[in-house]
Amino acid sequence: MPDCRFPFEKYPVVTLAHGAGGRFTQQLIDDVFTAALTEVQKDHDGALLRLEVGASERLVMSTDSYVVKPLFFPGGNIASLAVTGTCNDLAMCGAEPGELSCAWIIEEGFATESLYRLAVSMAETAAEVGARLVTGDTKVVERGHGDGVYLNVTGVGVRRLVCEPGLIRAGDSIIVSGDIGRHGCAIMTQRQDLQLQSPLASDCAHLWPQVEDLLPLSENIHCLRDLTRGGLATALSELSQSSKLQMTIETERVPVSESVSSVCELLGLDPLYTANEGRMVILCSPQAETEVLRILDSGAAVIGRVEEGQGIVATGAFGVDRVLDRLSGEQLPRIC
Amino acid sequence: MQYLDEFRDPLLARVVLDRIAELVSRPWVLMEVCGGQTHSLIRYGIDQLIPPEIELIHGPGCPVCVTPIECVDEAIMLASQDGIILTTFADMLRVPGSKTDLLATRAGAAEVRTVYSPLDALKIAQENPERQVVFFAVGFETTVTANAMSVLQAEAQGVDNFSLLLSQVTVPPAIAAIAGSPDNRVQAFLAAGHVCTVMGYWQYETLANQLGVPIVIAGFEPLDLLLAIEAAIRQLEQAQAQVENQYSRCVSLQGNIRAQQLIRQVFREAGQTWRGLGELAASGLVLQADYIKFDARWRFKLTPKPAVPTQECRAGEVLTGRLKPVDCPHFGNRCNPQSPMGATMVSAEGACAAYFNYRQPADVISA
Repeated sequence: MPDCRFPFEKYPVVTLAHGAGGRFTQQLIDDVFTAALTEVQKDHDGALLRLEVGASERLVMSTDSYVVKPLFFPGGNIASLAVTGTCNDLAMCGAEPGELSCAWIIEEGFATESLYRLAVSMAETAAEVGARLVTGDTKVVERGHGDGVYLNVTGVGVRRLVCEPGLIRAGDSIIVSGDIGRHGCAIMTQRQDLQLQSPLASDCAHLWPQVEDLLPLSENIHCLRDLTRGGLATALSELSQSSKLQMTIETERVPVSESVSSVCELLGLDPLYTANEGRMVILCSPQAETEVLRILDSGAAVIGRVEEGQGIVATGAFGVDRVLDRLSGEQLPRIC
Repeated sequence: MQYLDEFRDPLLARVVLDRIAELVSRPWVLMEVCGGQTHSLIRYGIDQLIPPEIELIHGPGCPVCVTPIECVDEAIMLASQDGIILTTFADMLRVPGSKTDLLATRAGAAEVRTVYSPLDALKIAQENPERQVVFFAVGFETTVTANAMSVLQAEAQGVDNFSLLLSQVTVPPAIAAIAGSPDNRVQAFLAAGHVCTVMGYWQYETLANQLGVPIVIAGFEPLDLLLAIEAAIRQLEQAQAQVENQYSRCVSLQGNIRAQQLIRQVFREAGQTWRGLGELAASGLVLQADYIKFDARWRFKLTPKPAVPTQECRAGEVLTGRLKPVDCPHFGNRCNPQSPMGATMVSAEGACAAYFNYRQPADVISA
């Protein structure tokens, strides 16, 4: 943690006065944000970017907002999730995460100590991947009008790998970078109304390091997609729609940990639709398959192939095909 | 997962499938009662792997699906009142009432909270003494025990702002109604293993005798279901009509005696309306007179509303096995999980949702 110790005793919670734009706002920014986020350029209305872009290079920009509940969960918190989420979106476009902005919507009454912990975690998570938080904004909303903290993180980065749904070809291998469903299950088990004893932690993590390792295979990597809300099935469904090709998978080859299958079993959820925050699918030429698996960690697996057609066809343990669709709304745990 | 993976073993499944194929000499119609079984059958494609002579009809054992519309309307009405927190299992949220559903009601500022147990609802009541907390107690014998426990705890702890909006149903009267209906096609039943874990299967002995149909207590894993199908076919081929327990790793003849005592202490049998089946005598469980103050209908003086006709949704025919989900003209067109016309498309255990999730024709997804 940075040296600055936050004067929690002076104001233990955020008040509406901290959002009024005056002295208190400045105090909150100084005590929390500038203290934790040391790279923020605070003396001006915007930040000068230090990214250097070559003539043949392209910049990628992505934005995402975060409203996760609970704010702190095993394996991460809303701030680490916001940074990895936006950086992962950049990484999926083949871009190295460079510079980030953050916008905080804080509910009146939120503990300043928690706010400081989140800001520190945000800085640490960005540093993990060499990204810099260079500008930000805070707003305070009345009690009852937010859920503690909402966050938006926007990022820019330089593209190092050209990969997009248009490059997917029939015959491509579908590889998932690790076991699925951890984030969704970790969140589910933490929600206040469900007290399960579970060792599960979110998989919340940066994907750029893995993408960077794959750069030598760039010719053969056709598309990357991170698995977020909606899970593997929804990601494949989106890829099928944009590439106008069919994703054929064997559900038995999809890696799912024992804990995730148990939680899903208990709640009547399907791991294929359960959220992830540190996993991606890689669509690559079949000849690159072995090399991709070697580069990724041991949890990665080839789960299927791209074929002519449309939609997702999943072959189950008993050899019967089923069609997978996108999730409608959220997965609802069942009664019995 | 130990005790689960063994019951999903494709090689063992093949062995049982071969045995079933050898047994079958003519067409038979079986009904799996429970929605969880329907999902497992469709998910693993068992309906496609068994011999074509065997037809599976999907029964009314999904608590969400058989809850009548007027009961959903009561929940919405209570949730919309100031000072009331309505608590419910999550899969009731999207079930359409006659005008709207609980999810939309919640978006409109009513306080609707999802819980995993009625005991969580009781806790909410204790934490909000100035509010009335109503639990939407929907379910079969499996969930009734927890409902009974919540009433006993509320009584013991003097929680007077907690009540239940009841739509509790029991399986045996539904089996009797289906088997006894003039257009019945079902020749054997696969009974719901979870319900029998609580209730035992002693109730089913008389039922099988009276109705003259085999009743096989079945689990939920593919192997459980295949073994139960095999047992039912064997009985049918040998012209037997007995109760057979194929889920013996969970179910005993007597069931959970303590749970049954709790249920009888708190609830009594009463007539109950089922979506699709109509009013069935002694098929519901309502509060005993001693606990009537925990009845939300009593507490909020709700007057019974006339049954709402199920409009164009043909869930009633689906729940009684007279219509396959894919044969419904609305399936996948006007009716899908985004805009369900009835509960069978909403609930994780609904027959229509099972077909939509696992068996939709290619032209439906591309639409």
